[in-house]
Amino acid sequence: MKIENTIVASGLTKSFGKNIAVNDVSFQLKKGEVLGFLGPNGAGKSTTMRMLTGNLAPTNGDVKICGIDIISEPKKAKALIGYLPEMRPLYKELTVNEYLTIAARFHKVPSSKIKKALEAAKERCGLSHMSKRLIENLSNGYQQRVGIAQAIIHNPEIVILDEPTVGLDPIQIREIRKLIRDIGKQHSVIISTHILPEVEMVCDRVQIIDNGQLVFHGSIEDLKAQRKGNKLLVGLSKAPPMSKLKKIKGIDKIEKVENGMFRLHFKEKYLPAEEIVSLSVKEGWGLYHINMDITSLEETFVNLTQTS
Amino acid sequence: MIINVARKELKSLFASPMGWIILSILMFGFGTLYLQGVNSYFEVMSGAVRPAERVGVTIFVGSKIYSTALFLLSVTTPMLTMRLISEERKSQTMPFLLSAPISLSEIVIGKFLGLVVFLSILVIYIFIMLSTLNIWADIDFGYLIGNSFGFILLVASFTALGIFFSSLTNQPIIAAITTFIALVSMVGLGSYFASDPSHWFNYISMTKHYQSFTRGVFDSSDIIYYLLFIVTFLTLTVRRLDSDRLRG
Repeated sequence: MKIENTIVASGLTKSFGKNIAVNDVSFQLKKGEVLGFLGPNGAGKSTTMRMLTGNLAPTNGDVKICGIDIISEPKKAKALIGYLPEMRPLYKELTVNEYLTIAARFHKVPSSKIKKALEAAKERCGLSHMSKRLIENLSNGYQQRVGIAQAIIHNPEIVILDEPTVGLDPIQIREIRKLIRDIGKQHSVIISTHILPEVEMVCDRVQIIDNGQLVFHGSIEDLKAQRKGNKLLVGLSKAPPMSKLKKIKGIDKIEKVENGMFRLHFKEKYLPAEEIVSLSVKEGWGLYHINMDITSLEETFVNLTQTS
Repeated sequence: MIINVARKELKSLFASPMGWIILSILMFGFGTLYLQGVNSYFEVMSGAVRPAERVGVTIFVGSKIYSTALFLLSVTTPMLTMRLISEERKSQTMPFLLSAPISLSEIVIGKFLGLVVFLSILVIYIFIMLSTLNIWADIDFGYLIGNSFGFILLVASFTALGIFFSSLTNQPIIAAITTFIALVSMVGLGSYFASDPSHWFNYISMTKHYQSFTRGVFDSSDIIYYLLFIVTFLTLTVRRLDSDRLRG
């Protein structure tokens, strides 16, 4: 039987004393999908990930990894996951090869295949020329790659990466993102981040978590649709009085924006663009800019996380 | 899996200078004691001692080395056990073990065995060193084997106690200090109640149970004492790690 969902989390709740860190979070991860976990600091992303990987027992709810319950059969379930926590769990006194060999052994890669697995993981993470270096002496970006290599060495069904691009320089970030997309072709991936463009670039689906609760859940397109307001940004060099603009059919509200631009809010399905253009020509308003006003992802994010 | 955890532990012990330095300093100390022991054996036993009180060279040199080793190990074991869990917590490497398909008991037993194997190198070293006396004397191998066996049990108990204290805190130094205090009191317990040998405190003292091994006696009650001690503290460690997982 082919299992469609690699992770099914239902009703995950974790409270630390009176403080509820994660509250009733349910979601699924499909095979071959990159899921982005988004949220402000302290929203409960890492706690959720720790529960998914069996590092932390949930107060309520359960996690099924490819149909296997992580609480009742932790060994079987953990074998299917590769996990890179936020703080990289690296033994810095070891070399890259030594460390990855240990990781492979711990994840039950048969000893005859360890060498092959090691080469494959190093190749994918661009670490082949660093094999004999001490992890301690590697740069931040390369240490991150070792962390990722450790998570994919046993070719797991699911790869979970907690904030994989934090603290890296822009070039390293690009390389790591490329790597994540690469991994996403063969495995199901969950990454957590608070960098929005990253989600747009890397993920197929997004989940926004705030104050321990899931506030948005859908594809990247859904998220983009959220931010398309019914707004037009119009630039007029010889603007008429506001009252005149307000009379245009469908216009709801007008805001003055900096440098002589107007933000026109209009009613659903009444796109007044054509009328504005023709009026402007007729009455000589000096139209120099007209565009849909799209709120940035940041704003959408802020809206989503603050309404909850 | 247990073996893999133990191998990892040994690997990181030998990857840092720590392991090598501890081994070399201890071996240097034992070597010096051995030489001194052999030298003074001739002086002490050359007539000053009444024939009835004379002892063989194995016991003369061996008892000195084993009693010093007991003291030295109660100082060095805490420095090694603090690494086992405390330091992993501090350097945030615990999730590496916890997310691998290994159970908590496998992790704890693996770590325990790794360190016991490391410390057994010392026991084997002492055994080989004392065996060299056999080149010119006829030594008592029963004494050596009894002591080595007892010593491994003792070292394993030290490690079990240390790993438990290591699991209690994120601060390696605190783990080392509490382990040291606990070890010294366990070892020294007997001497406080030496005047009353039947006191129950004497019975739980670690050194008391070691004594029969030094005479070459394998008393099953002593072996059971050590095994129970080890199992108790390893179980407590597993419980402690499990409660971390439950409470976060």
